[in-house]
Amino acid sequence: MAEEEIAAAVELQGLTKRFGADVTAVDSIDLRIEDGEFFALLGPSGCGKTTTLRMIAGLEFPTEGSLRIYGEEMGTLSPNKRPVNTVFQNYALFPHMTVLDNVAFGLRMQKVDKAEANKRAQEAIEMVRLGQMAKRKPNQLSGGQQQRIALARALVNRPKVLLLDEPLGALDLKLRQEMQIELKSLQREVGITFVFVTHDQEEALTLSDRIAVMHDGKFLQVASPENMYERPANRFVADFIGQTNLLEGTVEDAETVCLANGARVSVANDKAEGAKVAVSLRPERINVHALDDKPDGPSLEGVVSSVTYLGTAHSYRIAMDWMEIEVREENRPSRGHFNAGDSVLISWHSDGVWVVDN
Amino acid sequence: MVDTESVNGSPVTPELEKAAERADSRRGFLLALPALGFLTLFFATPLVIVAIYSFATRNRFGGTDLSGWNLDSYRRLGEPIVRDILYRSLFLAFITTVICLIFAYPFSYYLATRKESVRNIMLVFVMIPFWTNFLVRNYAWRVLLGNGGPLSQATEAVGLGETSILFTPTAVVLGLVYGYLPFMVLPLYASIERIDWRLVEASRDLYASGWTSFRKIILPLSMPGVIAGSILVFIPSLGAYVTPELLGGAKTTLLGSYIVTQFLTARNWPAGAALSMVLMIVMLITTIIYFRKDGKTL
Repeated sequence: MAEEEIAAAVELQGLTKRFGADVTAVDSIDLRIEDGEFFALLGPSGCGKTTTLRMIAGLEFPTEGSLRIYGEEMGTLSPNKRPVNTVFQNYALFPHMTVLDNVAFGLRMQKVDKAEANKRAQEAIEMVRLGQMAKRKPNQLSGGQQQRIALARALVNRPKVLLLDEPLGALDLKLRQEMQIELKSLQREVGITFVFVTHDQEEALTLSDRIAVMHDGKFLQVASPENMYERPANRFVADFIGQTNLLEGTVEDAETVCLANGARVSVANDKAEGAKVAVSLRPERINVHALDDKPDGPSLEGVVSSVTYLGTAHSYRIAMDWMEIEVREENRPSRGHFNAGDSVLISWHSDGVWVVDN
Repeated sequence: MVDTESVNGSPVTPELEKAAERADSRRGFLLALPALGFLTLFFATPLVIVAIYSFATRNRFGGTDLSGWNLDSYRRLGEPIVRDILYRSLFLAFITTVICLIFAYPFSYYLATRKESVRNIMLVFVMIPFWTNFLVRNYAWRVLLGNGGPLSQATEAVGLGETSILFTPTAVVLGLVYGYLPFMVLPLYASIERIDWRLVEASRDLYASGWTSFRKIILPLSMPGVIAGSILVFIPSLGAYVTPELLGGAKTTLLGSYIVTQFLTARNWPAGAALSMVLMIVMLITTIIYFRKDGKTL
């Protein structure tokens, strides 16, 4: 590492966590999270994302590898000696303390003068707009309020890195969307590095500057939301981030893929000739046409097997003789829609597809 | 569940709903009836009799005159002898409770933080003493503590000379601690085991050291167990009869023994009844405090 390089907020090198002899939760991962980044660890349950977060927090110690926070090696430093704070899943608010005592807890533990601690805690509670709730007990708050108090309790300590474990997982959809916006603007406001764990790809896309997709204890791809969505590194990521149709085929040359049904489609790709690949076709990037309305460019013929009305869109399942494809078309009154049983053509713009290894 | 018999297929009206609720509560009462009947007959009735006798007068022949109601028996509690016995009983019960707490807390904590399989085995060990008759176990202590018994031999072997703590308050406390320790362990274990460990992690994350985390999080959250255990030990210790009789000397008469003496030897039923009532009231107050406190925690 060059010396003039600024220390990363969090830097993991060869970080490994094994439980017992045969469970490797985290398998030698390397990662740099930059100062001020909003970073998501995304993956299905059991992929090792929470273990990674807990190692950063110090609630779990690595079996091997290095973990640095702003250049300082954390090793097996206990959690109370690390410059990080955590917003726990289900918040873990102390049930026997008032909201104010909860929020002031960290400051008091750091021997901040009592009046000062209370003042700062009150400010933090006001920051999350719950100023009038300070005297209540956590069980007198709603889920969304508890979650904001958990945030205040962590942020009041001005940690160098804030860790969030499935922070919005327990909230219902509407509240979750509100909190996403709030969380994002809060992060900009305080400028602290946020690292959060989620299994919800949409949440990761919405909130973060960069995402690491984890699977079986390893990173499959670390990229910005846009890169992750547009240019997934492999089949798993393509499927996990958003919805997609994976059309299997073989690479013919840098411009063409021969699909499993024999149709040739032109897609730019950097795979070797003859490689088995999948063409990722996002449902919203596909257009549906009537048979007599043949589009320019590549198209495939199929029959609408079902139509689902989604409000904002119509979702079609289109059966072809070799696979079924999911298509989503925005709901525009001018356009009308197809019905089950209609024979149709589907087409796409060649920029809208991406080739991944199979 | 709504009563399916009285609410038939017809549309529900407020009256019908009320009727269904009434039927439900009537059924609940029927279920409780056997136990209620038993308790009324064999607990509440004798208690009322004891209460009545405590206001009666002992006659010259050792009988009780159920007339001329007075508070003489209660006034006797002010007498030095009775007062000493009361204080001594309270003191020994208190000491027993404290010692049980000191022993049981770390053990319960250890137990609650083990794997489930280990826990279950250890809980069985806690229960094993109950498999033997209480009286027999107390006799065993007599042998253990008696002159030339294992304890005495052990202290002699290490050069401390003979120990003779049998028939002393120490022996009584020892016996009581032994007898009631499981009553402290079980509620403590239950309340510590129930603590959400993420709260401890949260406190560690918020800069609390291990010890502070114990003091600020685990201890307050295990308070219901501490209180329940303390009451379960304190109350039977206060009224203990068998253990003080067998392990305590003549000098350490406690309430239980004194009450028995009043009934059987002194043939002063009103005095015994009055003391019993006082004991019951002390216990009642402690229990009320517990339930009010418990209602408030969590």
